[in-house]
Amino acid sequence: MEILVTVKEVSTVEDEFGIENTTIVDQYLNADLNELDDYAVEEALQLQEAGIADEVVTVTIGPEDCEQTLRQTLAKGADRAVRVWDDALENIDLLDVGAKTAILRAIVEAEEPDLVLTGVQSGDDNWGSTGVSLAAELGLEWGAVVNHLKHDLEDGTASDRRELEGGVEELTEIELPAALTIQTGINEPRYASLRGIRQPQRKELDVHTLGDLGIDEGAVEGAVTVTDMYEPESETDATVWQVRPEETAPELGELLHEKEVAP
Amino acid sequence: MSDVLAVTDHRRGELRDVSYETITAGRQLADETDGDLHVAVISGPVDDFAQICNREGVDAVHTVKYGEEFNHDVYTQVITQLYDELAPQYVLTPNSVNGLDYAPAVANALNLPLVTDTVRLETNGDTLIATCEMYGGKVETTSELTGNAVVTIRGAEWPGADGIGDAEIKEFQAEIDEDAIRSSVTAFEEVGNGNVDITEADVLVSVGRGIEEEENLELIEDLADALDATVSSSRPIVDNGWLPKNRQVGQSGKVVTPDIYIAIGISGAVQHVAGMKGSEMIVAINTDPNAPIMDIADYAIHDDLFDVVPALTEEFQ
Ligand SMILES: Cc1cc2nc3c(=O)[nH]c(=O)nc-3n(C[C@H](O)[C@H](O)[C@H](O)COP(=O)(O)OP(=O)(O)OC[C@H]3O[C@@H](n4cnc5c(N)ncnc54)[C@H](O)[C@@H]3O)c2cc1C
Repeated sequence: MEILVTVKEVSTVEDEFGIENTTIVDQYLNADLNELDDYAVEEALQLQEAGIADEVVTVTIGPEDCEQTLRQTLAKGADRAVRVWDDALENIDLLDVGAKTAILRAIVEAEEPDLVLTGVQSGDDNWGSTGVSLAAELGLEWGAVVNHLKHDLEDGTASDRRELEGGVEELTEIELPAALTIQTGINEPRYASLRGIRQPQRKELDVHTLGDLGIDEGAVEGAVTVTDMYEPESETDATVWQVRPEETAPELGELLHEKEVAP
Repeated sequence: MSDVLAVTDHRRGELRDVSYETITAGRQLADETDGDLHVAVISGPVDDFAQICNREGVDAVHTVKYGEEFNHDVYTQVITQLYDELAPQYVLTPNSVNGLDYAPAVANALNLPLVTDTVRLETNGDTLIATCEMYGGKVETTSELTGNAVVTIRGAEWPGADGIGDAEIKEFQAEIDEDAIRSSVTAFEEVGNGNVDITEADVLVSVGRGIEEEENLELIEDLADALDATVSSSRPIVDNGWLPKNRQVGQSGKVVTPDIYIAIGISGAVQHVAGMKGSEMIVAINTDPNAPIMDIADYAIHDDLFDVVPALTEEFQ
């Protein structure tokens, strides 16, 4: 059984940053593997170690720059990786859900996994929809926001827990093949071992263009156009303290005394 | 003229608040173009739900009796059929955990664009302008799309609809293909209970990822001791296993309303804020002046927690 994990390199933003048109200026961005995808990769690796999966393949949509991030997943233990990129994607500000689905569909069709794992959402644009959209596109079953998966997929079903609001979990049986969107906390993602870090150079990393995959450029244009990006207007009437802590402490102390909470 | 179909959310026999917020957002979009607002209630005690959802400005409530609880396969089928029947321009759903479990599938089935987790919406009947957050709330974006769409709305951004409407309540005869239902809910379980109840605390000292290492939690415990307060946390601290689940504040943890909430090294992601915004007074300690938590704080201490927290502890000891 093969597990396909979709991963994304996301940017985190420095405390102070600048915006140019509809993006944050590059110098304030740091790239990393999307935190939630890290949990998805870990879950796949654990299923492999439990003898349930034979092969774990990771896939990303992104330019050559993000290959380092993709190699991280190989260093952790994935068997192979696939990267999709194309000049046609270069000028698209935002790959919307429809565009991502069109691209990933081709990969799922080629790989025919029994299980597709994605993170619940990505840390940058947090659309939270790729996994479910992909499942619907391919006629797979699915489950969103999974925070526990039984490591036993024997009779063709996945027994999982979906994390709902307010400390309630839903126990769900999902028929395979399926796509599950994985929530943080489901496991403890590993760090790559030293051996792992040396190995990925030798592991297979295939790169495909849209043409290779038979995807029409029109399919990835997307229906949603970002027109503006800005820092949200501060609605705060907070009292800001940025003096030395020795001075902040007594002030806060006094305040808490007034509120009758400090001794 | 654009009609809107708003979908409600319920669990274990109760409508969730986002349902009324989705109705408000739906009414707003329908008003902007003189359209009708349709509301869908699917599964559970739908007749009771329909009465409750008949709020001011609702033109029609469509009920579908099928099962008790949410099932994404049922919702996806029903909503696509309702769309075919009513031809609304926008399908509006909550950006709840269940919303995320069917909205992308509905958009895919209907071949419509999808925008999720919107905080503001505006339409002229042709183009929809949606405002969303990116990078954990550090920036906002506006996006445009033309034509019909599926849109999910963030909780607590629109007020809940109230008043009593004169909606027509009709049972919708959905044709459910049982073979396409390939998932089933077997149970619900409450998690995160135990001997500590952070919802009872008057003062919470709450710690987030800014604390960096498990050993450093001692700093937080010391401060809590000095203040006779209770320790709570954001999600990553619980995910890491540094504190038990019953200490987690937020959407998937506890909703707390203490007199004082001291957020230490917590950025203030929407899912966290959902659990603590009702606090009487919020103090935030953060090195990032742009962190969203600083915006909702009454007292924002723009400083390094490793300097401030020990100084505070000393002050109170
Ligand atoms: C479906 C779903 C449900 C979720 N439910 C919850 C939930 O119930 N509760 C919850 O909390 N989260 C929840 N989350 C996660 C949420 O989106 C955030 O990822 C999380 O709240 C971030 O926690 P944090 O603020 O501790 O960490 P971060 O966002 O990483 O913030 C750390 C902060 O610490 C500051 N900092 C760093 N170093 C220092 C220092 N030395 N001194 C002072 N400040 C410092 C940084 O500036 C930053 O603002 C959920 C997410 C999803 C998708």
